[in-house]
Amino acid sequence: MGYKTDYARVHGSGAAGEGSHHWWSQRVTSVALIPLTLLFIFPFGRALGGGHEAFVATYSNLWHALVAILFIIAAFSHLQQGLQTVIEDYVPNKASRTAALLANTLLSWALGVAGVLSVATVLFSA
Amino acid sequence: MADVNRGNRPLSPHLQIYRLPLAGITSILNRITGVGMTLAAILIVWWFAAGAFSAAYFEFVDGLLTSILGHLILIGSLAALWYHMLNSMRHLIWDTGRMMDIESVEKSSYVVFAGTAVLTLLTIIIV
Repeated sequence: MGYKTDYARVHGSGAAGEGSHHWWSQRVTSVALIPLTLLFIFPFGRALGGGHEAFVATYSNLWHALVAILFIIAAFSHLQQGLQTVIEDYVPNKASRTAALLANTLLSWALGVAGVLSVATVLFSA
Repeated sequence: MADVNRGNRPLSPHLQIYRLPLAGITSILNRITGVGMTLAAILIVWWFAAGAFSAAYFEFVDGLLTSILGHLILIGSLAALWYHMLNSMRHLIWDTGRMMDIESVEKSSYVVFAGTAVLTLLTIIIV
């Protein structure tokens, strides 16, 4: 038994070697994505295949641009968190795991920011 | 260890022949749909970037996304999206300690499957 508290005994022993911060922030992004996804997919689906003018008309609208930007931020945060968990669960080799986690974080940020900037460009140039 | 009987004991289930229970199937599907939607996320950012870049390049990417293969990927991702959302809502409920008994889990699994089919069809019809 020893003198360790229950907390000290389990601290860092999960697959990620961390506490509950990652778990909680994934709940936060998943809750945010429920309304954001519902608001995003219908204007997106209508603009899809409608030509450049329809695309600009949709995303030069402040509301649609705001929804798209918030959706992209929440979606890429959530995607990064989810892929991180999958990598931590299935990639046991230390070097491969570190490389995969690094690539996941950097690519998620790059794609997310690219998406946000693209929507902002359409909004401000129209 | 030498005199231990190794011949007559039950084995733990092998992954290849083990039939996953419903809760196991819905659980791994949540991962598969989540990882799978990465492709759609990349395509959607590409589509937005193309639209910000030029009208001609947008028509090219928009054409790819609405081609037969593009439609297959996007409709597949749409079904994945509804499944992932419905099943994750169940996870949020489970996080509060509710609906954790076997009967509720089995019932809500069928609700998730049916809801995915209905919402996917509805979205295709509306959009």
